[in-house]
Amino acid sequence: MMEIKQLSKKYGQKKVVQDITVPIRKGEMTACIGPNGAGKSTLLEMVSKLIPSDTGEIYIDGGEIRTWKQNELAKRLSVLKQSNIMSMRLTIKELVSFGRFPYTKGRLNQHCYNVIEKSLNYMGLNELSNQYINTLSGGQLQRAMIAMVLAQDTDYILLDEPLNNLDMKYSVQMMKTMRGMVDDLGKTVITVIHDINFAAAYADNIIAMKEGKLFGSGTVDEMVTKEIIEELFEINIDIIEKESKKFVLYY
Amino acid sequence: MKKNYKSPIRIIILFFLVIFSVGVYLLVQSNNNWGYILPLRGKKIIAFIIISICSTIGTMTFQTMTENKILTPSIIGLDSLYVFFQTVIMALLGNGHALIRDKYFNFFLSTFLMVGASCLLYWIFFKKFPGRLYLLLMTGLIMGTFFRSFSSFLQVLMDPNEFDQLQSRLFASFNNIDTSLLFVTIITSLPVIVLLFKLSSVLDVLHLGRVNALQLGVNVDLLTFILFLLISILTAVSTALVGPVTFLGFLGANLSYRIFDTFQHKTLFIGGSLFTIVFVISGQIVIEHIFKFQTTLSVVLEFVGGLYFLIILLKERKQ
Repeated sequence: MMEIKQLSKKYGQKKVVQDITVPIRKGEMTACIGPNGAGKSTLLEMVSKLIPSDTGEIYIDGGEIRTWKQNELAKRLSVLKQSNIMSMRLTIKELVSFGRFPYTKGRLNQHCYNVIEKSLNYMGLNELSNQYINTLSGGQLQRAMIAMVLAQDTDYILLDEPLNNLDMKYSVQMMKTMRGMVDDLGKTVITVIHDINFAAAYADNIIAMKEGKLFGSGTVDEMVTKEIIEELFEINIDIIEKESKKFVLYY
Repeated sequence: MKKNYKSPIRIIILFFLVIFSVGVYLLVQSNNNWGYILPLRGKKIIAFIIISICSTIGTMTFQTMTENKILTPSIIGLDSLYVFFQTVIMALLGNGHALIRDKYFNFFLSTFLMVGASCLLYWIFFKKFPGRLYLLLMTGLIMGTFFRSFSSFLQVLMDPNEFDQLQSRLFASFNNIDTSLLFVTIITSLPVIVLLFKLSSVLDVLHLGRVNALQLGVNVDLLTFILFLLISILTAVSTALVGPVTFLGFLGANLSYRIFDTFQHKTLFIGGSLFTIVFVISGQIVIEHIFKFQTTLSVVLEFVGGLYFLIILLKERKQ
C-alpha cells in the first residue's frame, strides 16, 4: 500500500505540485493523466525519491519515504524515466544485470542469473541479449530498460511516459507488458501516460492532475466520463463504448 | 562468449609491455654502472608508475562522475591552485622558509589545500545550489584561469633567483622528478586507489546516469562528494610529482576506453593504468635516448594529448 499525503513541491515561486493526497492501491495499475505541466512527472519523481518533496509525506508499506535508505528503497520500488543512456559499450544482458545491484552490489549469484534470465525472457529479449545497447532501436532499448527494472524485482514499478517514441505496435506491446506485470507478477504499476485511451483500456485506476493539483482520482469507470475529461483537458470530447471499454474521441 | 576473454588477454599483453618497457628503461645504455644507474632510474620508474596510475584513474573517475568523456580533473583548476599556492609562498615567505624547504610539509599542506578547495566547491554546488554540476565545472575553470594569471603576475614581480627555484619546482617535469616525495605520495595515493577499486562496481552504476544510479539505490550525492575528495588527492599527488600535466589522464583514459571495450571500471582502471605506464615509460626512453633530452616528455604528452583531444572534439561534433 502506498499513500501520498499533502505532498507539495515548489520550484522557485512556482508551485508544481500542491497538496496532493491520494492512496495508491497495491497490485493494481494506476495511470496518472493530465495536461502538460500538471506536475505528473514531478509527483512520480518525489514518490521515487529522485527529488525531495518540500512538504508532505509518502508512505510505502507503512514507512515514510525519508526513513527508507536509498538502497532499501531500491529493493521495494523502481522507477524508469526517459533518459538517454551513455555511449559506453554495454550489452542488453549487462544492462539488465544492473537491476540486481541493490541486492548484490555487483557480485551476481545464481539467483541473480535466474532472475536476469527470466526478465530477459519476459521482455522477449533473449536472442538480443548480447547486443550492444547503442545498436538498438528505441522500442528495443525501452524493453531492455524495463527488463532491468524487472530484474530489480520490486513490488512497485513507476514508469514515466513509457510510450514515448514508441509506435502503435510497441505501445500496445508495452501496455500489455505493464498489464502482465500486474496480473502475472503481482506488481503495483504507477505510470504517467499521455494517451488517455491507453490509460482507459489498460489501467485499473486513474489519478488526474491539473496545474499541480489533484483533479480527481478513482477507478477508470469513475474517472473516464465526458464531464471529467472535458474539464481536465479543456477540450470537447466524445466517449464511445465498445465491448464494455471506453474510448475517448478527441479529434 | 568471446568477448569475455578479450579484456584479460589485453591486460596481460599490456602487463608484459610494462615489464618490457621497464626493463628497457633500466638497462639501455647503462654501461655496467649498476650501482649508480639502478637506484636512479628505479626511482624514476616508480614515480612514472604513480603518476600514470593517479592521473588515469583520477580522470576516469572524474569522467564517469560528470558523465562526460572529454573532461579532466584539471578543469576544476586544482593544478592551477597548486601552482598558485607554490608561487604565493615563494613570493611572500621567500626562499629560506620552512614551507619551501620541508618538502613533506609542503606536500601535505598543498594536498590539504586542494582537498579543501574541492570540498568548498562541492559544498557550494551540491549543498547550496544542488544539481549544478556544469556550473561547478565552469566556476572551477574560471578560478583555474584566475589562479594561473595571478601566479604569473606574482612570478613577474618575483626575485629572479626565487623565480628560478620556483620554476624548477613547478615544472618538475619527467626528467627531473622530485623523488624525495616518492614515499609520501605512495602512502597517500595507495589507500585512495584501493578505495576506488572497492567503489568500482558503484561507479559502473553511476555510469548509467544519475537517475538510474539513484533508482538502483546508490546515494549519488554522498558518492559524488567522496569521489570529489579522492580525485583531488590523486590530482595533488601527480601534480606534486611532475607538475601540471593536463592531457596525460585524458589520453590514458580515452585510449583505454578504446582498447577495452567495456564499461567495467575495474578492468578500465587496471588496463588504463598499465597502458599509461607503457606510454609514459616508452615516451621517456625515446626522449632520453633518441632526443637526448632535447625536449621534455611533458611537452610531447601535451602535444599528443592535445591533438587527440581535438580529434575527439571534432568527432563528437560530427555525431
